[in-house]
Amino acid sequence: MEKRVIAGALALTIVAVFFAFSIFLLHPFGDPGEVQMDDHIIVNTQNETGTNNGVTSIVFDYRGFDTLGEATILFSAVAGVIMIFRRVKE
Amino acid sequence: MTEMTKIVKTLANILFPFTVIFGLYIIAHGHLTPGGGFQGGAVVASGCALLLVAYGSRWVFTRIKEKRLAAFESIGAIAFITVALLGIVFSMMFFGNFLAGSNLLFGTTPATGSTLADFNTGGVLPLMNFAVGVKVIAGLFVIVLIMAYASSAKEWGS
Amino acid sequence: MIEYIPYIAVVCMIFIGLYAAMFRRNLIKMVIGITIIESGVNLFLITLGYREGGVAPIYTSLPPGTTYPEQMVLPVPQALTLTSIVIGVAVLALMLSLVMHIYRKYGTLDVQKIRRLKE
Repeated sequence: MEKRVIAGALALTIVAVFFAFSIFLLHPFGDPGEVQMDDHIIVNTQNETGTNNGVTSIVFDYRGFDTLGEATILFSAVAGVIMIFRRVKE
Repeated sequence: MTEMTKIVKTLANILFPFTVIFGLYIIAHGHLTPGGGFQGGAVVASGCALLLVAYGSRWVFTRIKEKRLAAFESIGAIAFITVALLGIVFSMMFFGNFLAGSNLLFGTTPATGSTLADFNTGGVLPLMNFAVGVKVIAGLFVIVLIMAYASSAKEWGS
Repeated sequence: MIEYIPYIAVVCMIFIGLYAAMFRRNLIKMVIGITIIESGVNLFLITLGYREGGVAPIYTSLPPGTTYPEQMVLPVPQALTLTSIVIGVAVLALMLSLVMHIYRKYGTLDVQKIRRLKE
């Protein structure tokens, strides 16, 4: 076999060993333990923000700054696509 | 891309208004049911891509210039930032919710626990949902239109 | 062991994506491999926030008799996954535009032939 196939297989094996060790250090599926931020958000959504939807109140009110960054990413993707195809107009 | 036969065009004409109404329902009820700006914008953009496939990208490109669609997207982004900056003016916080609890546009507060859906609640969230929905519709439609037009051009001048 | 099965599924998805991005020669197959890695990471974010026997964190017409912070699923990882999906769409659009440019200039999509044409 070629050299790059052997090197690639060795690298993937090392990454697989690291992943297999770190799966069993996470919390078991269905039992997240003690979460204080999410309990505070679930109990106080309706009288602080005034909506019925917990996920939308996080996306636009408790963590609205991340949505501002995501709107910037959408704008830069559209600007990049228009700039790549600028010479095609015939 | 060339255009398709008459059966495909007739079916696309019938299906397009239902898709747009369904997407606008998902955008508008973002504060009561699962959904919101991003999800509803993706549904409407897929309806517009259906029209693009049925009628051919050359005919659509002569009708809709991409400069106007890019201007629509900028209008959505400016509206989003304006609503966020008004929070500093009225309640001393960036992204502050100044309409919840007062009796202005979307002002009433729902009762705690399981309630029925009341559209008048939500504070500043439905305005942000509409701004992000317009931005996502225009952005995804521009990307699909330009890539479809450029893949059918005969030769690229460079 | 049986409560770690979703994490094993995430690791399998990441490895399939890494294999497709490293060992294939067609450019479109590499792009598909990167998209599969992105889907695996989104799945991992959602499985971190599950509670046993919980309902969605929405207050409109709850099923009667649910007590609220103990029986609702955590809402914060779902909000982070929404942002991650939109970032994946933006990256995919830019990658496919660059692949179209490469195909017009070189006439082929094989990575080892593109490397040897120096002009």
